[in-house]
Amino acid sequence: MLKFLLRRSAQFIFTLWAVATLIFFMLRVLPGDPVEFKYTSDGGAITAEQLQAQRERFGYDQPMAIQYVRWIGGLARMDLGTSIWSENPVSEEIGSRFGITIQLAVTALVIGLLLAIPLGVLGAISRGTWLDQVVRVCTVTGQSVPSFWLAMLVLLALLATVGWIPSIEAVAFKERPWEYLAQIFVPAVVVGWRLSSVNARLLRSSLIEVLSQDYVRTAHAKGVAPSRVIWRHALANAMLPTITVIGIEFAGLLGGLVVTEQVFNINGIGRLLVQAISFSDLALIQGLVMLFALIYVCVGLCVDVLQAALDPRIRVN
Amino acid sequence: MSGSPTFKSLKRFTRTQPLGLIALVLITAMLLGGSFAPQLAPFGPLDARFDAVLTPPNATHWFGTDNFGRDIFSRILHGTRPALLLGISTALIGSLVGAAIGTASAYFGGRVDAALQRANDVLLSVPLIVAALVVVAVLGKRMVAGVDVNLMLAITLPYIPVMARVMRTAALSVRVSPYIDAARALGFSHTRIIVGHMLPNLVSPWLVMISAFTAQTILLEASLSFLGVGVHEPTPAWGLMLSGVSVETFTTAPWVILFPGLAISLTVFAFSLLGDALRDALDPRTRH
Amino acid sequence: MLNASVEERPQVGAAPASASAPAAPLLSVRNMNVSFATEGGEVQAVRGLSYDVYPGEILSIVGESGSGKSVSSLAVMRLLADNASVSADKMVFDGVNLLELGRADMRALRGKDIGMIFQDPMMALNPVMTVGEQLIEPLRIHLDMSPAAARVRALELLGLVGIPDAATRIDQYPHQFSGGMRQRVMIAIGLSCHPKLLIADEPTTALDVTIQAQILDLMQDLCHRLRIALVIITHNLGVVARYADRVLVMYGGRMVEQGPCRQVFQQPRHLYTAGLLASVPTLVGPLGRRLEGIDGSPPSPAHLPPGCAFAPRCMHAQPACAQEVHASLTDIGTLSTCVRAAELADGRIRWTSKLGREPSVQRNVQSDSTLVEVRALEKTYTLKKGLFGAQRSVQALRDVSLTIAAGETIGVVGESGCGKSTLGRLLLRLEEPSGGQVRFLTEDITHLGDRALRSFRRHTQVIFQDPYSSLNPRQRVGSILIEPMLVHGIAASRREASDEAVRLLQEVGLRAEHSERFPHQLSGGQRQRVAIARALAMKPEFIVCDEAVSALDVSVQAQVVNLLADLQERLGLSYLFIGHDLAVVRQIATRVVVMYLGRIVEVADRDSFYAEPLHPYAQVLMAAVPSTEQIGMGRSAAQAIRGEPPSPMAPPSGCAFRTRCARATDECARTVPELKTVAPGRMVACLHIA
Repeated sequence: MLKFLLRRSAQFIFTLWAVATLIFFMLRVLPGDPVEFKYTSDGGAITAEQLQAQRERFGYDQPMAIQYVRWIGGLARMDLGTSIWSENPVSEEIGSRFGITIQLAVTALVIGLLLAIPLGVLGAISRGTWLDQVVRVCTVTGQSVPSFWLAMLVLLALLATVGWIPSIEAVAFKERPWEYLAQIFVPAVVVGWRLSSVNARLLRSSLIEVLSQDYVRTAHAKGVAPSRVIWRHALANAMLPTITVIGIEFAGLLGGLVVTEQVFNINGIGRLLVQAISFSDLALIQGLVMLFALIYVCVGLCVDVLQAALDPRIRVN
Repeated sequence: MSGSPTFKSLKRFTRTQPLGLIALVLITAMLLGGSFAPQLAPFGPLDARFDAVLTPPNATHWFGTDNFGRDIFSRILHGTRPALLLGISTALIGSLVGAAIGTASAYFGGRVDAALQRANDVLLSVPLIVAALVVVAVLGKRMVAGVDVNLMLAITLPYIPVMARVMRTAALSVRVSPYIDAARALGFSHTRIIVGHMLPNLVSPWLVMISAFTAQTILLEASLSFLGVGVHEPTPAWGLMLSGVSVETFTTAPWVILFPGLAISLTVFAFSLLGDALRDALDPRTRH
Repeated sequence: MLNASVEERPQVGAAPASASAPAAPLLSVRNMNVSFATEGGEVQAVRGLSYDVYPGEILSIVGESGSGKSVSSLAVMRLLADNASVSADKMVFDGVNLLELGRADMRALRGKDIGMIFQDPMMALNPVMTVGEQLIEPLRIHLDMSPAAARVRALELLGLVGIPDAATRIDQYPHQFSGGMRQRVMIAIGLSCHPKLLIADEPTTALDVTIQAQILDLMQDLCHRLRIALVIITHNLGVVARYADRVLVMYGGRMVEQGPCRQVFQQPRHLYTAGLLASVPTLVGPLGRRLEGIDGSPPSPAHLPPGCAFAPRCMHAQPACAQEVHASLTDIGTLSTCVRAAELADGRIRWTSKLGREPSVQRNVQSDSTLVEVRALEKTYTLKKGLFGAQRSVQALRDVSLTIAAGETIGVVGESGCGKSTLGRLLLRLEEPSGGQVRFLTEDITHLGDRALRSFRRHTQVIFQDPYSSLNPRQRVGSILIEPMLVHGIAASRREASDEAVRLLQEVGLRAEHSERFPHQLSGGQRQRVAIARALAMKPEFIVCDEAVSALDVSVQAQVVNLLADLQERLGLSYLFIGHDLAVVRQIATRVVVMYLGRIVEVADRDSFYAEPLHPYAQVLMAAVPSTEQIGMGRSAAQAIRGEPPSPMAPPSGCAFRTRCARATDECARTVPELKTVAPGRMVACLHIA
């Protein structure tokens, strides 16, 4: 167990370091000077001395190698530099917005998984019939609809029917938890919808494969009732491939949030990224990319542990 | 010709995949519509008519007009070509490069494979849209022959690791087949084995992936345009038509967002369905 | 407690000696038809099948692929998929009409009164449920036991089937058991609710020979003791002979012959049965007998000829054979559907095939024409297991030394994990040895790179086991043969290569038109012939046959074995013939090498080996192989084979076989026996044999 954790930690650190290096050099390829951009983009003017002073302030005057070392060193200390635009530390900017996005993502994940199970099972047991085609069309539709458009449609529907749209800032969780959840629920469903469609299809094909396995035939030969065969014998095995891809799907969820936060006007890290890109705020972009990478490897670790917990072939050896 | 496995699969496809045929019809219609947009569209995509701003759908303007008075139906028709072009070409290039990497990785195994796997892991740790955004930010815009090459790159690059991973899995299962061992025992060169023996047997999973990926790339492009970093004005792109529309606008004039969104969904839907149908038709397991 | 419950059941009579016995049958099937609705149309898998199973007897249903043997039993259990339609005049089990039983009632019967065991124990047990859970499940469903009582009973059952340390193992998962142990668990599950009938569908096909003997002995013993009727479905005639009381031979979905084993085996009354028996190589007894084979391949259920399905392959077919088929009683009391049964009985007609031949002549080979020499060969594989990534290594080959002379056929036998396949791969240089040397025609090829090996590859070729995956599905047969010729410059032009390809096809018994086909359009036997032709295209001196006939039907196997032997004579080839079937190896080998857990334990020339194997493992192996000459011998024929094969990852110290050897002493654990010459041409690696 210990060896496993050590090995994974090493991979973890390597991945993060590689991403950090990659993003650092990629962003330095940018044409133009981000500091200058800040001051001149609105049509303002700045003298050469002021520009140089600002550069020094943010550390962009140093040679590349020094900047790189500072960056990597800073990462280790959780110091991500300073945002050019807000002039606050990047970690602060991210920190204040990180919570809401994660809550949304996790809620979306849970909703996505919960919705996927009945759909996937339905698709598998009614395989080949018209019901299966209906399920298939439904899940493919769910996958095809752009999440930002779905968000708009949902807002439209809400306004047309109940005359209300969620605004998360307005309510704090501690004061009125139910309202808070209601606010979070709508964007989470919009983002999780896509996930549930993808997972339903995955579960369906996985379950179909499991149902054709010998051990399912053995269960039938033992006289086990069909419902128990599906829920006790087949589903556990069918879910294993779904667990494997949760890491990638979580990344997809975060991606979906990048656009959805725009529509719902949520002040999360997705929206922050878009702003950072439009302002060419190097430090902020770097910090955010690192955060995404960090989330990914953490989820990956959890997935591995979960897999080991669920699959005795991995657990017991 | 009649005995070949390709022909058999095609026959099987037409016989057992009605949804797939529907998808093909849809895609063909879109390709035709997009190519002949100038002839088919009643109005020009950029014709602004300030006397007909935000009119609901009627006999003249089937899908209504936007806040510049431009005919939405015409804009959607004209937007078909950039959407499909971008989507298909990026999927094609990404899948070819990814397939090459994945196959080489599977064939050579050992350290080459391990290194490529590591690199893949690193690249996949960032969500696709985030990677695309960063590339866009870094490269800016570059038009070559009317096509934003940098945008294409921004959409293609993130998909390469994904494709590489999928193709590696498929290639691995081909790699361990006895006929590959037999080819080695016959003293064939690596190139001959990979190109002549492995790749032809990887066409099926590749075809499935490419249709699924086209769906993804079209979505990604729409998202990027929506965020304002994809296709730029004045090119009519569906995602762009949804961008920057305020809540007041679309609550009072829902047709402005309804039809472009439908266009995106329908296109993605068609390609996803096609990929699904191809997988069912070509999957050797469901064959027996 | 187990015996008490058995005593409560009514006593049943002894197994009947002939088909028309006074005791009432337990299962009675009349005129069963099973068809499947598929994409390509309606496919008839079983036609007009009628048979009985009597209480307490062992009936074997034997047939090749497409015979419908498995489908018929799955139909009785009503386990077939929804697209199957089953009809019969009568399908009665223990007084219950199975055709009219509702789903819930059928479920209640399944697993309780009729148990079923399947072929592949690795896949037949649910990997995420403990063995105990899977064993307890039927007890709770059918016998309504409490969890505590069910657990006690489960432990008893595990003990009954011979699983040691049951108290710990009951909570383990299937992947922690070996193949043989898993099959014992399956048997325990099958027997758990005191069934009256147990159906075993190819129960030992996926197991090693020595384990197979253990499992079959166990099944026979338990069924006799507990008075359970047993139906064994198999393609292995030796198993049938040794263990079954009666046999039902199927072909093309129909019954072909039925009766007590002794009669059917010694006096077959259907030409298919006769042909089949003549296609099975012998293990014991004199070697001179011709191995016949049957031309063509078993028909696929989608394309069945009218009337007798065997007529197209039968040299004694008459117009009458295309008419409706019905079974009639023969002169010796068996049932046969052959129109010419009477002539068979008289001896007026016999089964012969033009492909039949006698076994290879054993030559005394001088070692001056050495082809391949292997010295102290070793191969270690490192595996990464699971998440925890611990590096484990498996030594597949240890200290293997061997010399192969021109014109020899070395038969390499052994069970899984013995390293015979690895040896083949190393000789072909498909992999690189971890230690030792490989020399081909005195050139050291041990560590040569791919480029340098090119010229070597012209001299050595390979034929793999699986005819379905050893040919590129996207290449036409002609192209498969032409490609190597052009790559190596053996043929000057495409035209020349094409002509040569046609000649090769004819040499292996195919026709020119086959070169336009794709592999999926050929049968298994035909594909294997293409593989042989491909191997011959380079005109090699040495061919490695890696289980080359193991995946073929019995009647086709004989054809290919004979073909290989013919080619050897005609073209002066040498073979390394890797196989697990001792009888097949006997047919073609001139020398035999026995391997166990990565080492060679015995080397001998063929005749002396089969007359009397010396190494204790070789003796056990020989005794475990069921042969058609051992009718009714059952348990007595096998020596006591103890234990399980050790895992290659944790081999015992000293002599690897000592954990299962009756003659093991302390010294065996300390010293690894060397391969010593104990007689001219005979080497044994055992401390107790001088």
